[in-house]
Amino acid sequence: MHPRLELRNICKRYPGVVANDDVSLAIQPGEIHAVLGENGAGKSTLMKIIYGAAQADSGEIFCDGNPVAAHNPATSRALGIEMVYQHFALFESVSVVENIALSASSAFHLPSLAEKIRELSLRYGMPIDPHRQVHDLSVGERQRVEIVRCLLRTPKLLILDEPTSVLTPQAVVKLFETLRQLAAEGCSIVYISHKLDEVQELCDTATVLRNGKVTGTARPKETTSLELARMMVGSKLPEMHVSPPVPSEKPVLEVTNLSVKARDHFGVDLKDVSFDVRGGEIVGLAGVSGNGQAELIALLSGERTHGRSDAIRISGTPAAGLRADERRKLGLAFVPEERLGRGAVPSHTLWENTVLTAHRSGTVRNGLVDRRKASAFAAGIIDRFKVKANGPASTAQSLSGGNLQKFIVGREIALQPKLLLVSQPTWGVDVGASAFIRQTIVDLSRAGAAVLVVSEELDELFEICDRLLVICQGRVSPPLVRKTTDREEVGLLMTGRTMSKDQMASGSGDVALQD
Amino acid sequence: MRVAAPVVASLLTLIVGSIFFASLGHDPLPTLYAFFIEPLNSLNGLSEWLLKASPLILIACGLAVGFRANVWNIGAEGQFTMGAIAASGVGLFWPNPDSVLLLPLMFIAGMGAGMAWAAIPAFLRARMNTNEILVTLMMTYIATLFLSYLVHGPWRDPAGFNYPQTALLPTAALFASFDPAYRLNPSIFITVVAVLLMWLFTDRSFLGYKMSVSGAAPLAARYAGFRESAAVWIGLLAGGAAAGIAGMAEAAGPLGQLSPQISPGYGFAAIIVAFIGRLNAFGIVLGGLLMSLLFLGGEGVQMTLGLPSALTRIFQGILLFFLLAADFFIFYRIRLIRPARDTHALETA
Amino acid sequence: MDLFIAIFTGTIIAATPLIFAALGELVVEKSGVLNLGIEGMMLMGAALAFWAVTAGYSMPAAILAGALAGAAASLLFGVLALTFLTNQYAAGLALAIFGSGVSAFLGRGFGSEPIEALHGVDFPVLSGLPLIGPLLFRFDPMVYLALAMFVAISWFLYRTKAGLVLRTIGESPQTSHAIGYPVIRIRYMAVLFGGAMAGLAGAYLSVAYTPLWVENMTAGKGWIALALVVFATWRPLRILLGAWLFGGMTILQLQGQALGLEVPSELLSALPYLATIIVLVLISRNRQMLALHFPASLAKPFRPAS
Repeated sequence: MHPRLELRNICKRYPGVVANDDVSLAIQPGEIHAVLGENGAGKSTLMKIIYGAAQADSGEIFCDGNPVAAHNPATSRALGIEMVYQHFALFESVSVVENIALSASSAFHLPSLAEKIRELSLRYGMPIDPHRQVHDLSVGERQRVEIVRCLLRTPKLLILDEPTSVLTPQAVVKLFETLRQLAAEGCSIVYISHKLDEVQELCDTATVLRNGKVTGTARPKETTSLELARMMVGSKLPEMHVSPPVPSEKPVLEVTNLSVKARDHFGVDLKDVSFDVRGGEIVGLAGVSGNGQAELIALLSGERTHGRSDAIRISGTPAAGLRADERRKLGLAFVPEERLGRGAVPSHTLWENTVLTAHRSGTVRNGLVDRRKASAFAAGIIDRFKVKANGPASTAQSLSGGNLQKFIVGREIALQPKLLLVSQPTWGVDVGASAFIRQTIVDLSRAGAAVLVVSEELDELFEICDRLLVICQGRVSPPLVRKTTDREEVGLLMTGRTMSKDQMASGSGDVALQD
Repeated sequence: MRVAAPVVASLLTLIVGSIFFASLGHDPLPTLYAFFIEPLNSLNGLSEWLLKASPLILIACGLAVGFRANVWNIGAEGQFTMGAIAASGVGLFWPNPDSVLLLPLMFIAGMGAGMAWAAIPAFLRARMNTNEILVTLMMTYIATLFLSYLVHGPWRDPAGFNYPQTALLPTAALFASFDPAYRLNPSIFITVVAVLLMWLFTDRSFLGYKMSVSGAAPLAARYAGFRESAAVWIGLLAGGAAAGIAGMAEAAGPLGQLSPQISPGYGFAAIIVAFIGRLNAFGIVLGGLLMSLLFLGGEGVQMTLGLPSALTRIFQGILLFFLLAADFFIFYRIRLIRPARDTHALETA
Repeated sequence: MDLFIAIFTGTIIAATPLIFAALGELVVEKSGVLNLGIEGMMLMGAALAFWAVTAGYSMPAAILAGALAGAAASLLFGVLALTFLTNQYAAGLALAIFGSGVSAFLGRGFGSEPIEALHGVDFPVLSGLPLIGPLLFRFDPMVYLALAMFVAISWFLYRTKAGLVLRTIGESPQTSHAIGYPVIRIRYMAVLFGGAMAGLAGAYLSVAYTPLWVENMTAGKGWIALALVVFATWRPLRILLGAWLFGGMTILQLQGQALGLEVPSELLSALPYLATIIVLVLISRNRQMLALHFPASLAKPFRPAS
């Protein structure tokens, strides 16, 4: 019997990088096959090639034993290959059924399509209301819409790209049940991930990628985590040095009873948020995206101000009414999650981008920009943080995501902040750079700065944070001490449940429906 | 590279112009000569060339400050009109018509009126989130009607045989020409100063830097804590001030009085000048000289060959079309695509 | 009573060019493209239609010529904005200036004589009814065409798959492209449609409303149509209502001048522009309401990733 899908010697080059180098793998019908690798290992490129969204430079693809020619997403779909993207391809302004109608080949009749959606989603244990507007849906619900959209076409092969990065641990359990049910019905599943535990729990086979090459094929349920990790990151596992925190007596950042309405109906209201961060410690804010992180971050950074000035205090000074640059005078620095267009101006050079926040560090004199100083400043950052760039005159948009992130983190740290806010520090950054950025953040805190890290990656937060907060539907939990808490507890808080006993007993069944 | 697009665009405009003239039954070469060379063939021609280029460059400098910050003041024509009205008002009604202070006062009045006219859309955009494109345009229509009202009504010259125009401004309210034979006058120095100020502001100053961040990446400006409303105010007021001053210089220069038509479309043409000049001070100088030549040529062929003056506007439009298109080939292809693809590759790898 | 009928019918007629132009622009903006050049396209339409009538073509042919002229003009914008990815503000402005120049150039030989205007329709029975007849059933066919366009566009946008595709392209061309829709081609069609509608609006001015040729005869109506789209928060019914409101303002102003009110005529003429500003301010203050139906990708250049 032919494999459902077979790749032979796939190569794909982009200018400056080899994304896939001689990759071969075979996926059997009904198999759940993991493609495991770190960020930047070439997983996403490989998936695009399978789906036809990108073309391989060389190599062959076979589907049920037949070579696939003239490959593009349309031919893939005709072959029964469907893909659930990591960043969903959904339109916010229209309803679930309209979204699905856009990619359905059937006649344009919304009522009958809505009925089909309802049926199918119930059958696979992930109910959705077809008439809701997408902007009202949580991230988990959006993922269901994406999966249902694929299932409506009864796929033979389903590709999921990092599907759990946006889910609570409890919702992950639900998703795995659905995927197992699908596999049992004969659908092959390609599961792209960098999370070992998930792959070990779910997948029958794993192909491990590193730097675009296959470094091994394994049966994850019979392989140890250590072996898999070796294949993923090579022999050298980056090590973190996290010494015990020495928190300052007085908090550097104090947030007290901060409540605010969302700016538009795509946002989330913040409800009575209180917490503090002390010098010398790292506090992490966990939560499924879209639960108020964006609003909280904007209020903390000063991108949005608040009428009650003492709702936020920095080193004791009421700061909620101050703009971002006024807060920087108090010692705040901030690394936002969007690098291009927020943390840096894409079309500007690196030296110009230093002036963005470092204009108090000598790059501006008498109201004029001092180009030489700014260039020296940028060169210093490039040097100290090992940013790969053609010097201070290269534009921000010419840098890779990881290098630009290093540059922005470097710039903010060079301001010698008393308080550093970091949002999604390592999104889309490769292993080496991630470890470097995390270590830099830890070092800054151990030198006395207060650090607040907002991240959707629980692993990251557990690795570097001293205390953890959890945000859910605009409410922030009381702090948890990292050494005395675990993923289970944080995961429950992410779904808005507290750890009280009766809720634990009665509520676990429908937790996933709530996220 | 920055120079290439305007040059290519100008050449293409010439080519299209030749085809156009040919299709109208005019031999293209002599017509082009009449359009673009003849006007500059005499001292008077040169004087007229600079005289017309001056307001275009001045206004374009002011507008470009706003355009760099994505503040779209396209109502310079109205601000120009208000500047001319206010300056003429001072010139006509100041108690002492011989005062040496008259010109400076008119300057202040013109600038102030232009700024005031631009302050309304600035306020509405900064505080009420109202689209400045539409407001500045509507304000232009209102300014034109206001001018019409004045010259038909209260300000009409009683000794003017019922023509809709004001009395002539007193001599002290006029810029004296460099030479009585030509119309070029010292107001051109205002433009020179404006160009230098604009260069200093956009290329060197921190405030100018902030505005360019607002234009290129509004979220980054908010991230840095630069006031969005400051960019709106500065952008609109700079354009308003420049246009108001240009209006004043026009009234106190070649016009000498108000009539319903005081501008051959300087306010709109200056938008094109700003783009041709790549929103850069020295580029704007070249753009203004080119645009002024289009105006002169249009007038020239109207008189010598009987071609309609609407040709000027057609050429302006074609020039801007070609410039924008040339931008694509020169900027996008060479500067953006290559690095953009690199980043793309690394992020999706 | 006669005055009432005059004001009512005058309002409907004055609103007609605005309805054409604004509905066309609505479709363009719904696809995520901002074409500021309505004024230029209207002038082209007005000039071509007027020329066709004076050249002896039939009325329908003249109006069609106006629509085609508008579409042809919009194609210039389309090439710049969609293929060359230029700044849409600049491209639209260029079109506005260019259109006014070309139309003035074409119009230099038109003279200042009015032509015979488009006739009103004579519905059997209905047009003869007292009161209702003159109020509703004696307009020229373009008035009814404008209303039919309103119904057709509302139906298209909210009841058909093609309309859904258009709206979602306006929200996120990237996503539409990823699903496999030809974003650029669809946007071209929207731009051409908007151009044809602006051309119709211009043709209506020169062959039915005035009916004569005056340089720059649109006098800002193209810009008011743009403002109407914002005023309507991108919803067809509100465009209709807004156009009637502005039509009414124009007629009241004309009536005021005819009655010899003791106000300068310039002040009355300025009213529609003032009203546009006021209406824009009132609508724009409510950001949430604006955001609800706003095409999120409006005026952002889109280039499909290879």
